[in-house]
Amino acid sequence: MPKIKMPKSSPSIDMTPMVDLAFLLVTFFMLAASFRSSEPVEVDVPSSISDKIIPENVVLVTIDRGGRVFFNMSDPEARRELLMNMAGKYKVGFSDEQISKFTFMSSFGCTMQELPAYIDMPAEARKNLNTKGIPFDSTNNQLRDWINFGNMAALNSGRTSFEEAKMKGDSPDPNDFKPKFTLRVDNKALYVHAQNVINVFRDLDLNNLNFITSMEMAPL
Amino acid sequence: MAEIAEGGGGGGHNKGKKRAKKSSTRVDMTPMVDLAFLLLTFFVLTSTFSKPKVMSLVYPAKPEDIVPEEQPKINNAITFLLSEDKIFYYSGQYYPKNAPGPKGPTVLEETDFSAKGIRKLLADRNAYVLKGKEGLDKKLKSKQIQDSTYLRMLIDFKKDPDALKVLVKTDDKATCKNFIDLIDELKIAEIGVIAPVDILASELELVKEKVK
Repeated sequence: MPKIKMPKSSPSIDMTPMVDLAFLLVTFFMLAASFRSSEPVEVDVPSSISDKIIPENVVLVTIDRGGRVFFNMSDPEARRELLMNMAGKYKVGFSDEQISKFTFMSSFGCTMQELPAYIDMPAEARKNLNTKGIPFDSTNNQLRDWINFGNMAALNSGRTSFEEAKMKGDSPDPNDFKPKFTLRVDNKALYVHAQNVINVFRDLDLNNLNFITSMEMAPL
Repeated sequence: MAEIAEGGGGGGHNKGKKRAKKSSTRVDMTPMVDLAFLLLTFFVLTSTFSKPKVMSLVYPAKPEDIVPEEQPKINNAITFLLSEDKIFYYSGQYYPKNAPGPKGPTVLEETDFSAKGIRKLLADRNAYVLKGKEGLDKKLKSKQIQDSTYLRMLIDFKKDPDALKVLVKTDDKATCKNFIDLIDELKIAEIGVIAPVDILASELELVKEKVK
């Protein structure tokens, strides 16, 4: 009888399929991951059962624990227009570089006069900066101007994107393109602070507000 | 482990022919796999898929714009007064101490944020809408009505005079979390009319007395 040849089993395994799979997953997560731009303040938002996702065209006002107010807007084109209007009103000059930097910035909470210096700062320094937030008392209501000009700029940019969507042949809802006013409040912030900001909105006849919340399961 | 054959000085002319061929096709993939899984872990842990959610709330227009009605006729309303982690409420109209109503001046009652507190209270008071919603849910499930009809009828229910209306007032110690939690409870209880309004000075005094 011939000897049964034992196949020489090598200890190595063919890893090609595993590598394929691993890289496929890596590619997927890399493309699907959305990185948040670093915000100058940490805000711990309350939770609610609402499952409405945040709209596209938003004007966002953040209120942190101490009641400081920060402003942000989603649309880069509208931000440019907004900054131009604000610069004109407050007679603050911005270089072209500062303007293009501003269009991609996250929330900011400083006075109009501090803004050029703030834009030039690196992101890390902004976090550590001790600002007082955007002032909105009756003598110096800069927040009102930010919201007002922001609303106008966002309306314009919303109208352009509405026309674009129409050109593509869809039948878009014009309400989807209108700016939405969103408040991001900290859990521990006093409601009085939020109320003051809400009153600025109400002064401008903007009564429909949204609160950013984290998801919570609805009770059955 | 597969190895890359090292050119052993021109040897293997007679014996190593086969082996040299075989080993050269395989590359050691272990480091690559290590790296791939490291990256995979990183992206899995860092990526956030859920976009933030929003809860919309309509505030009443500024009082200058509307005709000032001293006490609008509210026949089925409840007013919540928020303080730091505490909720007080009274039903119907507000009667200050110096002008008591038929049952005397308004007395605040206290409840809490638990399921047995405010949720039960609202479920009882808003039973009309909740029952109506239940009926509509059944109809929707058995396909008697369409989605759009369902939504429209639900709104009709919420706007009905029998539906509960809620006013929300806050004192100077209430946090945003308290406020959002309360609004959230109101949404759970399918309250159609929610009005966050300013607190009256006399109401503030009542709350202060209660908190003490």
